[in-house]
Amino acid sequence: MVQLSERDRSLLGGEMGDAQRIAMELLIAVGETDGAQTLIDIEMAHIDGCSYHGQAGVDFAQMLVDGDGRVQVPTTLNVASLDLLHPDLYKGDSAVAESAKRLMEQYVALGCRPTWTCAPYQLQDRPSFGQQIAWGESNAIVFANSVLGARTNRYGDFMDICCALTGRVPYAGLHTDEGRLGTLQFNVVVPSSILDDDLTYPLLGHVLGQLAGSRVPVITGLDERATEDRLKALGAAAASSGAVAMFHAVGVTPEAPSLNEALGNVAPQHVTDLSVDRLRDARRELTTAIGTLGAVSVGTPHMSFDEFVSLAALVEGQRTTVPFYVNTSRDVLDKAESAGVMAPIVAFGVTVVTDTCTYITPIMGDIEGDVMTNSGKWAYYAPANLGVSVVIGSLADCVASAVTGSAVSTGEWS
Amino acid sequence: MRVDQVLVDGVAAGEVLALDTPLSFWGGVSIESGRIVDPSHPQSGVSLAGKVLALPHGRGSSSSSSVLAEMIRIGTGPAGIVLDEPDSILVIGALVADRLYGTRCPIVVASTTPEGGSVWRINGAELESVS
Repeated sequence: MVQLSERDRSLLGGEMGDAQRIAMELLIAVGETDGAQTLIDIEMAHIDGCSYHGQAGVDFAQMLVDGDGRVQVPTTLNVASLDLLHPDLYKGDSAVAESAKRLMEQYVALGCRPTWTCAPYQLQDRPSFGQQIAWGESNAIVFANSVLGARTNRYGDFMDICCALTGRVPYAGLHTDEGRLGTLQFNVVVPSSILDDDLTYPLLGHVLGQLAGSRVPVITGLDERATEDRLKALGAAAASSGAVAMFHAVGVTPEAPSLNEALGNVAPQHVTDLSVDRLRDARRELTTAIGTLGAVSVGTPHMSFDEFVSLAALVEGQRTTVPFYVNTSRDVLDKAESAGVMAPIVAFGVTVVTDTCTYITPIMGDIEGDVMTNSGKWAYYAPANLGVSVVIGSLADCVASAVTGSAVSTGEWS
Repeated sequence: MRVDQVLVDGVAAGEVLALDTPLSFWGGVSIESGRIVDPSHPQSGVSLAGKVLALPHGRGSSSSSSVLAEMIRIGTGPAGIVLDEPDSILVIGALVADRLYGTRCPIVVASTTPEGGSVWRINGAELESVS
């Protein structure tokens, strides 16, 4: 049984309104599922439930709005199903768009910030080390835990807003010290130069997800070349092919100064070496065809400011021959525009998508040919979501391919 | 047999669909048809609708709660779910659908899962063969 505080009991008794009561009831049910003894306070929340998957999401949000729901902690919003800044990009059904827009408005009415990004860790007020938070969106969860050292379990749609409305979470899993220790060890055994190539990181994440499932893997063999953007790509892929909510990279991530500390001085259940051959298999698995190049999509998770700077340098003076989509947040786009980074990217012929992502909503239309991406997550989900064939490559590969009009490989993986 | 844990209480009977590998409802299942659409899943094309779904632990997206709730709403969801370990993402999807639409999809944890193809009933903390 979950022990409740006096405030929890007053929420449960409906003293702060129906929405807070419903949220507390659901929170307790989940706490019991997770084996929690108690609830703890959180300092922030990130809501995944604002992307539209059908009427149930709208009905649930309306129940909370009608019950006078108001978030109790600073709360950001994930990508939604529409680009409100560029509404003309939407090529889907207008009734669906209306419902998706209504869902976005409902979450703003509950007091959430209209950030519309899957990469809330790129926003200025991101969580700090040790903070207890409640985040939805699998890539954001794994980044918060692994790279920032903030503490969140995998919160799904509905549960995320229940945490935000009560300011509480069940104390279990990755909120606890022992839940964060690694139980599997993966040694990256590759020539050093491989770690210079962006493509290595989503491939590594894809393999980790397959092998780790929902356990916490500890990676050895990475170094300072594993930048935040590369760890973002790794985590997003691992949370797609598996349910990885946290990883450690020894000497890189904040809770893994040493292998022993990451494992809590307990021998790992398995030790696995990851070779170049295993990563090459991952690349094959994430490439469903190499035929005619129809389009390029990058920025899943949302493109960061640093990635815009890299993209600007790569595209300088060139022009894409196929539709080239970049997904990002309105916040990062604003920064990139203010810093003057966007001019060569616009001249290259890029279509910028904000607030949403090309793999969850009909933006790309009918593509004649395959789509190239630098994202393990996009490559994992797009074949089923959009019915397209994909080719994975680095950001440099994507640009080079867009210029020549066919999938080419540059760098260490060529 | 007695289940290890009742996560969502209720009664449901149906043909057992035992999945060989984990499945993410979001991105892995068509809400409209109830079929598995993840091309990498060994049972791609099989329908979950009305089945007692025996599922090794969930995987992937945190949107799976919404997808399960919507499938229950339109009638393409499983009748009930037998898990090998607790999964709160599916639990909250089922609880929300019950609250909004009064349709209960019971979820239990059991150490031994029934065989695919046979007909079983989840009845609170009991898992019973019907066929």
